[in-house]
Amino acid sequence: MNKVKELPGEAIVTATQSPSIGHSVTAYIERVRGGDMGALPAVLGLLVLCTVFAIARPAFLTAINVANLFTQGAAVTVIAMGLVFVLLLGEIDLSAGFASGVCAAVLAVTLTNMGLPWYVCVGAAILTGIVIGTVLGTLVAKVGIPSFVVTLAAFLAFQGLVLVLVDEGTNISIRDPVIIAVANKNLPVWLGWALFAACVAGYAALQLIRAGRRAKRGLVADPFSLIAARVGALAIIGGVVVYVLNLERSRNPAISSLMGVPIVVPVILVLLVVWTFVLRRTAFGRHIYAVGGNAEASRRAGISVDRIRISAFVICSAMAAVGGIVAASRASSVDPNTGGSSVLLYAVGAAVIGGTSLFGGKGRVLDAILGGAVVAVIENGMGLMGYGASVKYLVTGFVLLLAAGVDALARKRAAAAGLR
Amino acid sequence: MTPLLEVRGIDKSFGPVQVLHNVTFSAYPGEVTALVGDNGAGKSTLVKCIGGIYPIDGGDILFDGKPVQVHGPRDAGELGIEIVYQDLALCDNLDIVQNMFLGRERRSGLVLDEASMEELATQTLDGLSVRTVKSIRQQVSSLSGGQRQTVAIAKAVLWNSKVVILDEPTAALGVAQTAQVLELVRRLADTGLAVVLISHNLNDVFAVSDQIAALYLGKMAAQVRTADVTHAQVVELITSGRSGDLGIAQ
Repeated sequence: MNKVKELPGEAIVTATQSPSIGHSVTAYIERVRGGDMGALPAVLGLLVLCTVFAIARPAFLTAINVANLFTQGAAVTVIAMGLVFVLLLGEIDLSAGFASGVCAAVLAVTLTNMGLPWYVCVGAAILTGIVIGTVLGTLVAKVGIPSFVVTLAAFLAFQGLVLVLVDEGTNISIRDPVIIAVANKNLPVWLGWALFAACVAGYAALQLIRAGRRAKRGLVADPFSLIAARVGALAIIGGVVVYVLNLERSRNPAISSLMGVPIVVPVILVLLVVWTFVLRRTAFGRHIYAVGGNAEASRRAGISVDRIRISAFVICSAMAAVGGIVAASRASSVDPNTGGSSVLLYAVGAAVIGGTSLFGGKGRVLDAILGGAVVAVIENGMGLMGYGASVKYLVTGFVLLLAAGVDALARKRAAAAGLR
Repeated sequence: MTPLLEVRGIDKSFGPVQVLHNVTFSAYPGEVTALVGDNGAGKSTLVKCIGGIYPIDGGDILFDGKPVQVHGPRDAGELGIEIVYQDLALCDNLDIVQNMFLGRERRSGLVLDEASMEELATQTLDGLSVRTVKSIRQQVSSLSGGQRQTVAIAKAVLWNSKVVILDEPTAALGVAQTAQVLELVRRLADTGLAVVLISHNLNDVFAVSDQIAALYLGKMAAQVRTADVTHAQVVELITSGRSGDLGIAQ
């Protein structure tokens, strides 16, 4: 700190007392009007879609279907969480879908054909993702090929690579109980509730400690009422979800009981917490936002822009590997189409629908989950309504376009409001 | 008084084009030294040489009387030389605190130390008597041009800097905002920093500077005390490199 003389003049920040909850709500409305909508479209869309499907097909809200929703959307959501990092830089990874296919194939080959233990195979699959991400990121950052072209080329090449790995179109089945469990088994009922309690308590504690620390230093802190509202909302939403997932969903409970939170849910939660921490609380995450906002400013601030770019692609491809493992687990097999067809567009759609900007610099990992939920609900609901693949593709394509349109218009609006 | 920053006989060429010829320039603590010159006179090149962005072909850079090597922006920053570029180099999607600490975030362990960064940013802005920003947690995209310039300058003085170089800080600003920024420039010098102000606008230069250095076609025409020259003389120095017995010998 410089020895700056204290000169007369009003202090820059006079409001050290906490703003009221009403103030926070007004500020949020202001932001939305100014074009910074965040996750609002995804949340509203989710509510509308769920209501429509629940009315049209009562089967939509049954316990078994809700559990299905989670396992159906899991792979795409995980891939979308990784894509957020690349999108934050204003880049794109079109190869994430087939990268997940390649990693799933590596998993299947090492697990089934070579008979290695599951943790070695998972490690091999994720390592494959890291290598893929390093190559893609280096080509984009160091060689300077636009990410669109690099990953489009990889999109084609990886299709071939999957074919090579699974021996020209055969299907490798997976029988390892641990891998199968990820997308097909559930937590015991008590563990689901314990996890729920731990999440709510942990979130509340984090918020309170943070507010307490800030208040002690005389900085603007979130008011207690706002924290209580957030924690309450989490408790209600989480509680309802865990309750529904803990209902008996077997047709014949006497023969086999089927209840509990699918194991993939805590997997996604852990990934969410880890990546949110990285993005929001570490210098690395701050630099990702900075490079996405203004790469030249970041370079001048001494941030290694190339390193950040490569890391983002590595994270994206590694998450694609995790997504591939989840997909392989759900299908109990890997074939040349794993990670293919609509997986990539659904993942990009999930990230964008959730509120991650295609222009870079704006987005959260949570967005991918909200968007992934929207995509899963459309896919699942349309299926229940009896529409075929044609209508599903049309509707999902339209929703992706709508989300990208909302993003572009919000940006324009923000520019008009002087917010960008 | 020894100059805090002194360059002696700097030469700089880009390929066959020699942009700086034997340029000598000094900046003193507690003073605003204006660097003036026509388009293409070499002002920005000189600043980028000082800031370590361009390597110099010949000559010396002295800091506090001692010769130093500046091989990159990092070296300049470590010496205490901060440059506020014309295009500000702020990230629109980050807030004021995040921008001020960009690339040099404070951490406790692995985690960013937001509270201490916010405190320090507030102190710095208070110290500069900045009173036009609503909250230091607002995004830079929501700030006016003058406010952005203020944030960029505050970012530069946050780092124990001793020399602050401002590249055309008022070029894109309205009348009131220009006055605000010039006032800030003057205050910076009054706190003991050596301030170098690059400007096209002679009214601004005469309003705040203690010394004027005029570049003409890559040569230093003259560095004089502002009180000793008139507006017309400075214009002559800028346009022809000479004014009476001042300037380059013919």
